[in-house]
Amino acid sequence: MAKVLMKGNEALGAAAIKAGCRYFFGYPITPQNEVPEYMAREMPKAGGVFVQAESEVAAINMVYGAASTGARVMTSSSSPGISLKQEGLSYIAAAELPCLIVNMMRSGPGLGGIQPSQADYFQATRGGGNGDYYMPVFAPASVQELVDLVPLSFDLADEYRTPVMILGDGMIGQIMESVEFHEAPPRPLPSKEDWITVGTGEKRSPHIVNTLRIVPEVLEKFLNGYFNKLETIKQKECRWEEYGLEGAEIVLVAYGTTSRIVKSALASLAGEGIKAGLIRPITLWPYPQRAFDRIPPSAKALMSVEMSAGQMLDDVKIASAGRWPVHFFGRSGGMVPTPGEVAGAVKQLLGDRE
Amino acid sequence: MKDQGFLEEIIIAGFGGQGVLSAGMILAYAGMLEGKNVAWLPSYGPEMRGGTANCNVVLSDDPVGSPVVSQADTLIVMNGPSLDKFENHVRPGGIIIVNSSLIERKVSRKDVTAYYFPLNDAAAELGSAKAANIVLLGAYMALKGFPQKPAVLESFLKVFGEGKKKFLPINEQALLKGQSLVN
Amino acid sequence: MTTVQEKSRGLTGSEFSYCPGCTHGIIHRLVAENLVELGVLGQAIGIAPVGCAVFAYDFFNCDMLEAAHGRAPAVATGIKRVLQDNVVFTYQGDGDLAAIGTAETVHAAVRGENITIIFVNNAIYGMTGGQMAPTTLLGQKSTTTPAGRSRETQGAPIRVCEMLATIPGAASIARVSVDSPANVRKAKKAIKTAFETQIAKKGFSLVEVLSTCPTNWGLNPVESLSWLRTNMMPYYPLGTFRSPDEEAK
Repeated sequence: MAKVLMKGNEALGAAAIKAGCRYFFGYPITPQNEVPEYMAREMPKAGGVFVQAESEVAAINMVYGAASTGARVMTSSSSPGISLKQEGLSYIAAAELPCLIVNMMRSGPGLGGIQPSQADYFQATRGGGNGDYYMPVFAPASVQELVDLVPLSFDLADEYRTPVMILGDGMIGQIMESVEFHEAPPRPLPSKEDWITVGTGEKRSPHIVNTLRIVPEVLEKFLNGYFNKLETIKQKECRWEEYGLEGAEIVLVAYGTTSRIVKSALASLAGEGIKAGLIRPITLWPYPQRAFDRIPPSAKALMSVEMSAGQMLDDVKIASAGRWPVHFFGRSGGMVPTPGEVAGAVKQLLGDRE
Repeated sequence: MKDQGFLEEIIIAGFGGQGVLSAGMILAYAGMLEGKNVAWLPSYGPEMRGGTANCNVVLSDDPVGSPVVSQADTLIVMNGPSLDKFENHVRPGGIIIVNSSLIERKVSRKDVTAYYFPLNDAAAELGSAKAANIVLLGAYMALKGFPQKPAVLESFLKVFGEGKKKFLPINEQALLKGQSLVN
Repeated sequence: MTTVQEKSRGLTGSEFSYCPGCTHGIIHRLVAENLVELGVLGQAIGIAPVGCAVFAYDFFNCDMLEAAHGRAPAVATGIKRVLQDNVVFTYQGDGDLAAIGTAETVHAAVRGENITIIFVNNAIYGMTGGQMAPTTLLGQKSTTTPAGRSRETQGAPIRVCEMLATIPGAASIARVSVDSPANVRKAKKAIKTAFETQIAKKGFSLVEVLSTCPTNWGLNPVESLSWLRTNMMPYYPLGTFRSPDEEAK
C-alpha cells in the first residue's frame, strides 16, 4: 500500500478496523476526539458498531460485555477519562478478557491540561485499578509505529487473554505523519470457544465470565495461574530499541514522543563530539530490563528523560540495579522538552562529573 | 544538524478560517509525495476556538525527530498577533513571510529575512478571497524552490478530497499568483 | 402419575443463597420460566449485579456474566451490540440500579437498547447489611439512617419506573410485586412482555419487582409481605408505565 499522510488518532482507527476490530465504545475527550469521530464515520462502513457511551465508566464496561462474546473490541480516551476506566480495567484483567485500550495522555493531575504528557506511566504500568494485575503496555514513538502496534496489541490480547494498552500522548494523537499499512504477520491464536458467553444453545453447560472469587483458596489458585501467565509475557514480549549505544559515555532512556526529541538531541551532541546513546522501551510493561545488560562499559551514567516529574525513572533505577548512577531530566504540565534542553542537561551532567 | 541533509522546519500561524492548518497540511503532503519524511502538528484545544491557529511542519531527509518547531527555518504569519507571538521562534538566518494585507508593522529582528506579500489582496484579485492560504503556498514555493506544483495540486485533492476537484483551476491560479508576488 | 410442578430447566438447580422469606427466589424462577417458555434459554445471556443477587450466575442455566457494581446495563449493551439476536438481560437490585448505576440505567434506556432489566426493589441494601437504598422509604430505619430516612437530609426515595417512563427509548416499563399468588402471575406476565419487547427489537424493557428483605427489615416473612403491601405499594404503585404497543412519544 502507498504511503498516506494521517493524523495519529485517525491512523489508530484505521489500523484497528484493519486488524479486525468491529466494536468501539468511547467518550469524547481532548486530545483523542478524532478516534471516536473516525470510528463513528468508518465503523459502520466496515459492518462494525460505534457507540458513544454516557461516560468512560460505561464505555469500558461495554468493552467488558463485547469482549466476553469473543469480538475484537477497543476503547480510547485521554488521562482523566482513563482514570475513570480503571475500575473496568481491573475487572477485565480479572475476567481475562482480551481488548485494546488507548490512552493519548494529557497533563494532570486532575483536569490538568490538554497538552502532551507522560504522567500516566505509573497508572498504566502498575495496574491502575485495584488488585494484583498488570497488562502489556506499548509506547509508540511515531504514527507508523502506532499503526504497526495495533494489530500486535489485538493479537497479544487474544493470545494471553488480557487487556492491552497503547500509551500515546497528545502529540502522537494529533501529529500527521506518513504511514503505510502493512499486513500483520499471521499469529496462531487460541480458540475462544471454551469461554465466550454467546448463548449455550442448550447444547453445553453455561459459560460464566466472572471476577468474584470469594473463597481465598480459590482466588489464590486463580492468581497463581494468572501470575504464571504474566511471567510468560515478561519472558516473551519485551520490546525495545537501542540507538547509538556503542561507545556511549551516557545512555538516555526515553519512550514515545520524548524518545524522538532525545534522538534529535543525540544528533546535536554528536555534532559536538559527545557520544550519547538511547534505550527506547517499546513495551513499558513488561519493562525491557534486559536492554540494560547491553549498555557498554563506556557508559558512566544513565538519564531518564520524560514528560513527567520522573515516573519511568523508577523502572530505570530497578533495571540499572545499581550499576550506574541514574539521573533525570523532564518537563511536565504539558511542556514538551526541546532537543536543546535535553542536550543541555546532558552536557551539564557530563561537565559536573568531570 | 543541518549538515545531516535536508531539514526544513516551518511554523504557519494566523486566525481561524485563514486556512493555516490546511496550508501546512498541503505542504506536508507535498513533501511526502516528493520523498521527504514529514510531520504536521497542529495547535489544538480551546485555543482553536479562541480564533488563533497554528501548525508546525517538518520536512526532512532523515526521520523527523522532534515535531515541535521551536526555532523555525520559515515562519509564515497571516495576522498581526501571530507575528507578535512567533517572531522570536525563528532561527537566525531564517525567513519570515508576512501577510501585509493584514499586518501593518514590520519585522523588528535584523538577523532574519522578511518578505511582505499582500496575500488577501492577491486572493481577492482572483475573485477568491478564501484562497489567500494557497497564494501563500505559491509564494513559499517561489522563495524556497520546493515543493513542485504537481505535488502541491495532488496534495490539495488529498487534503480536501476528490470532491473539490472543480476548484483545482482556481487553486492553480492562486499558486501562480503567489509565485508572481515573489518574482 | 402426572407432574403438576417441576423445577424449571432455566435454573441450574444450585441451592439459592438467599435468606428465608426473601422473594429473590420467586423472581429468579419467573425469569427462568419465561426464558424456557419463550424458547430463548439457549440464546439468553444474563448479567448479575453486585448485591444480594451477585451469585445469580450460579442459578440461571444460561451463559452469565458478573458485572461491576451498577454497570450491568453497560455490559449488556456491549454484548447486545455484538449479538443482536440473542436475549440479553440484567438482574439488579435497587442500590446497583438506582444509586451507583443510575447513569448506566438511564442511558441504556435513552439509547433504546434492546435489553431487559429485572429490577428488584426491596428498599434496602441487603448484602452489605441493611444500609439505606435510594428506594428506602421516608421514615424507614436502616443502619445508615438510624433515625429513619428524612426528606431534609437524604431526600425522598426515587421512583425508577416513573422516571424511565419519560424516556422515549424505554419501550416497556412495568412495576409488579410477588407478594401474592395473583401478583406472582401478573409479574410473570410482565417479565414475559419485557422479553417479548426485546425479541421484537422494540427497545428497552424493565420490570421493577417489589421484593422483601425480612433479615434487614427485622420482620418475619409474613410480616414482611404485609409491610411491603402497607408501606411500599402506596409509594411505588403497581402498573404498566410504558407499553410496547403505545406509540413512541
